[in-house]
Amino acid sequence: MLVLALDTATPTLVAGVARRSAAGDAEVLAERAVPSGNRHAELLVPTVREVLAAAGLALADVDVVVAGLGPGPFTGLRVGVVTAAALADARGVPAVGVCSLDAVGSGARTVVTDARRREVYWAAYDAEGARVDGPGVVRPEEAGLTGPLVGDPRFAERLGAPVEPAEVTTAGLLHAAAGPLADPSSAGPLVPLYLRRPDAVPPTSFKPVTTA
Amino acid sequence: MTEPLVIGFETSCDETGVGVVRGHTLLADALATSVAEHERFGGVVPEIASRAHLEAMVPTVHRALAEAGVAPSDVDAVAVTAGPGLTGALLVGLAAAKAYALALDKPLYGVNHLAAHVAVDELQHGRLAEPSLALLVSGGHSSLLLVPDLAREVTPLGRTIDDAAGEAFDKVARVLGMPFPGGPPIDRAAREGDPAAIDFPRGLTGPRDAPYDVSFSGLKTAVARWVEARRRAGEPVPVADVAASFQEAVADVLTAKAVRACRDHGVDHLVLGGGVAANSRLRALAEERCAAAGIVLRVPSPRLCTDNGAMVAALGSRLVAAGVAPSAPDLGADSSLPVETVSR
Ligand SMILES: [Zn+2]
Repeated sequence: MLVLALDTATPTLVAGVARRSAAGDAEVLAERAVPSGNRHAELLVPTVREVLAAAGLALADVDVVVAGLGPGPFTGLRVGVVTAAALADARGVPAVGVCSLDAVGSGARTVVTDARRREVYWAAYDAEGARVDGPGVVRPEEAGLTGPLVGDPRFAERLGAPVEPAEVTTAGLLHAAAGPLADPSSAGPLVPLYLRRPDAVPPTSFKPVTTA
Repeated sequence: MTEPLVIGFETSCDETGVGVVRGHTLLADALATSVAEHERFGGVVPEIASRAHLEAMVPTVHRALAEAGVAPSDVDAVAVTAGPGLTGALLVGLAAAKAYALALDKPLYGVNHLAAHVAVDELQHGRLAEPSLALLVSGGHSSLLLVPDLAREVTPLGRTIDDAAGEAFDKVARVLGMPFPGGPPIDRAAREGDPAAIDFPRGLTGPRDAPYDVSFSGLKTAVARWVEARRRAGEPVPVADVAASFQEAVADVLTAKAVRACRDHGVDHLVLGGGVAANSRLRALAEERCAAAGIVLRVPSPRLCTDNGAMVAALGSRLVAAGVAPSAPDLGADSSLPVETVSR
């Protein structure tokens, strides 16, 4: 089974193609991690083209699309999610969504990524690599996160512990998607993990323009 | 040879639009809107709109293809609004369009939303006369454009220096206790009112003012002041008269400037577009003044005046026919894309 995986939940855009055996073993054929900042929309499709070309494959060869659903900054995150949904729809293949944090590091760990607004997204995993807590969003100073921390090292000081640098990988995305990949018909819809509500406050009353 | 089949994506504000056209023939115009989710905020909330676009995208594509009776593989080109608009909203449609273009192996055209408002009229009234003048008025834009070549050259003559015309409708509606968006309820209330009851100001109509720019901020404030003064005095507010007089001021300024621009530039075709072009008084006054000035007026049906995917497909079709080069693979969105950039 040929898998196209992509993720835009962090400033590093990830796209890769992998072959997954019936036994569940994944062999990554080509992968790109592009530090694209807020240019995910510009660079994602060219990057997908690149990895397919590097693997000597065409989109028509892809059997399933795996997408990181975040959590991540909303605007960039949506680019990856809608791209995965549209590619899968146009090719008539299933799309599988996974929590992007599941695709960072391996084994017992707590993953932290940049949630902006001076907060981090986080999730905790046991020795088997199964998520046991999170995903959540929190101020690093109030996080009280335990275990080896992996992810975005810029938060080490505010978390009060070292953070081993790690990013989303194609292998990580496939590992996180193991369940639904074994039975893609079990995959749910691609709904981003927003974790925050939209910033919007209804006006309490109309503000008069005249000051009486 | 049959004309090219073009699918168009529009997500610049709160409407998720996917349209399908063949040449100048409209085949499908599927639309999902998040307008109801914005009502209690009194205006479009960008993040709410963006979330709704993502949710609606694939189902809206399916509806459009089904309505058009075509398969994805029949599509010859993909067009998408690349700007102007809300960045987060634009990016959902842009990413989707890029993905469909890649998956279908078809060229992609990133187009200007304003030029698309002009192009949509070709689906109803056939090829546009060139040059034409276009008056585009909505909650997001108020522009007067000279269109020598819809596929390649659009020149801005004037625009609002403060609020868009549609914003003024929304704000006046709120002052009068009407729902969002304010255009339809004001239009309805105005039918029972006297447009000459209150002499609201006509902004930027002095001899030394920019001839084609418009301003609605002063008008909006004048209406609010007038209404508040009534309320403070404990007098009833004549809602129908306020609505009719306000609407008259907007229609008067817009149509006068559009007709003047036609005369000044020797252009005898005027196209209206944008949500405010659905306003009955604006349409009536434009007809009256264009007839008097010997100008041919073209107004798409109200459904096509507001944002939709068909308008984007219509412009895409025009670009394909004109042999304009498709967009580069790293096409992005530009929230303030200049109107001169028809495609990028
Ligand atoms: Zn518009």
